[in-house]
Amino acid sequence: MSTTVYIPCDSAARSVGADEVALALLAEAELRGLDISMVRNGSRGMLWLEPLVEVDTVRGRIAYGPVSADDVAALLDGGMLDGAAHPRCHGVTDELPWLARQQRVTFSRVGVIDPLSPADYAAHGGLAGLRAALGMRPTQVVDAVTESGLRGRGGAGFPTGIKWKTVAEASDPTKFLCCNADEGDSGTFADRMLLEGDPFTLIEGMVIAAYAVGAVEGYVYVRSEYPDAIATLRRAVEIAYEEAWLGADVLGRGFPFDLEVRVGAGAYICGEETAMLDSLEGKRGMVRAKPPIPALQGLFGRPTVVNNVLSLATVPAVLAGGAEAYRELGVGRSRGTQVFQLAGNVAQGGIVESAFGLSLRDLVEGFGGGTATGRPVRAVQVGGPLGAYLPADRLDLHLDYEELAADGAMLGHGGVVVFDDTVDMGQQARFAMEFCAEESCGKCTPCRVGAVRGVEVIDAILHGSPDERGANVEILEDLCELMTDGSLCAMGGLTPNPVRSVLRHFGEDLGLTPVSAGAPS
Amino acid sequence: MSVQEWSADAATEIVRAHSGVRGALLPVLHALQERFGHLGPEATRLVAKELNLSRADVHGVVTFYSDFRTAPPGRTVIAVCRGEACQSCGSRELERHAQHSLGIGFGETTADGSVTLDQVFCLGNCALSPAVQIDGRLVGRVDADLFDRLVSDAAAR
Repeated sequence: MSTTVYIPCDSAARSVGADEVALALLAEAELRGLDISMVRNGSRGMLWLEPLVEVDTVRGRIAYGPVSADDVAALLDGGMLDGAAHPRCHGVTDELPWLARQQRVTFSRVGVIDPLSPADYAAHGGLAGLRAALGMRPTQVVDAVTESGLRGRGGAGFPTGIKWKTVAEASDPTKFLCCNADEGDSGTFADRMLLEGDPFTLIEGMVIAAYAVGAVEGYVYVRSEYPDAIATLRRAVEIAYEEAWLGADVLGRGFPFDLEVRVGAGAYICGEETAMLDSLEGKRGMVRAKPPIPALQGLFGRPTVVNNVLSLATVPAVLAGGAEAYRELGVGRSRGTQVFQLAGNVAQGGIVESAFGLSLRDLVEGFGGGTATGRPVRAVQVGGPLGAYLPADRLDLHLDYEELAADGAMLGHGGVVVFDDTVDMGQQARFAMEFCAEESCGKCTPCRVGAVRGVEVIDAILHGSPDERGANVEILEDLCELMTDGSLCAMGGLTPNPVRSVLRHFGEDLGLTPVSAGAPS
Repeated sequence: MSVQEWSADAATEIVRAHSGVRGALLPVLHALQERFGHLGPEATRLVAKELNLSRADVHGVVTFYSDFRTAPPGRTVIAVCRGEACQSCGSRELERHAQHSLGIGFGETTADGSVTLDQVFCLGNCALSPAVQIDGRLVGRVDADLFDRLVSDAAAR
């Protein structure tokens, strides 16, 4: 009887040798006359264990990792195909505490199924959300999403249902649906893993959204830095057309929806929704002033839903399980689950999906197991390159929209980057400005010029005369205020976040004594 | 398909294949760069004429996006991630090593045309940092030794 072996095709797993492991296993199996069938699944999200090989046994799927191509022969000798014990064996995958403590909703199928198998998708609950939605009127679908409390997972946290309602009620007969898969924030990779590991979920979510708001055309804007995700998603869209999940007559229910994959071209700013719309229109990715909001005048001036990958990919689960079930998860006004991405200098990095309410400490110490280097945690950046650096004594903060905002931080796209005590926070502050100078679209002067000045002023603070340091800190604070108040979008408006957090929490790295720092609170 | 010499006929065919596409400029530029390796002035002129845009508009788009090249890249293109997650795992040292060992800065190509070194802000491999992308392939946990090996392996291909 054939034994099923799972080896991820996720690009992170491939980046540390998953393809080589797969080839070695196939070669070794042929040599030994072993009957195996190999599934290239997505990643389970335990990235420190990649390449993670799973073997299907009577006990369930047994995990081995990290496995290198050189380990394969010895693992087979040791009875890996029967799930035998080995130093690299971690037992039944689903029972691993790191996974068992999570509540996977959006990521429930990622790493479990063959990403491009419609049969596998349907067997694991796929299309249940769409079928439920098609049994309702479009307005009821919008209401269900609103009642679920789902908020935009791209970073801004705007209620998804409210956005849909605005578009649904717009009178223009031509409406668009755009999925923002321009996941540019450093420290985030959940969109990529979902696109590579379970792309049908996103497609299903988009079909539901299109039905709810009356859009007949949709686009997924994927950043070009993700070639594997682009290839997988493009193939998934082709298959979805073959299965009539897309096209002129979705599921034979008489409504049309066409979906196209578009590729970015290396501009961080195109993750900002209005810049993304300009880019989709074939222009430079310049930020637009709001109003008009994209829900009323978006792509080509038409009413447009712009949602993040994770928001749309959560919609099928909301519809399948009911708004109430989703709403019951979470705390306060942060409902449902959040997909955290644990990254940087951390021993056990990867995807942690859990109901809102985890603290930073649960994540960094509990799931992450501290730093990879074994040194003390000094700083954690939450929410991407525009997020604040939090010092180790703030690890008890809870990771929900409101509690982070109250502390001058933000959840963003759920990225959490850990730094040990060797980090030079002065350089991190400088980098925030350098990044903004590099990636600003140039529309707003405070962002375009301010970021360049920011680098210069931080250099002056770090390397200039100590007598002028106080004056330069004042200039920097003034500049941060100007960028915050005078920029149209989050790029210029939030770049001061990391800079100010360094002034506030790590002033000594800018040569400031804690007292003279005069840090804004 | 490997990179080919510029051909106005082939380029025109590529542009016209996108005739039904809304906002076709980026898909067109991607397709042309994939075929010809870069987007020279002749490409800008042709695209402007075919899509009924001004040359300034096309030039503006080509120069806005860091993916689009106006000169041919080296035979191997390596992009080193400079994102914060990679920084937390030593990418600043890797950046210095890459520039020093190749003798070029970011955005430059070695004199023999073998390697182009690019910077990139996040490759989405943030739990296996530092990351680089070499000819489109993602590599994780890259240190100076692995970087050198990747470069010499690419040269041997």
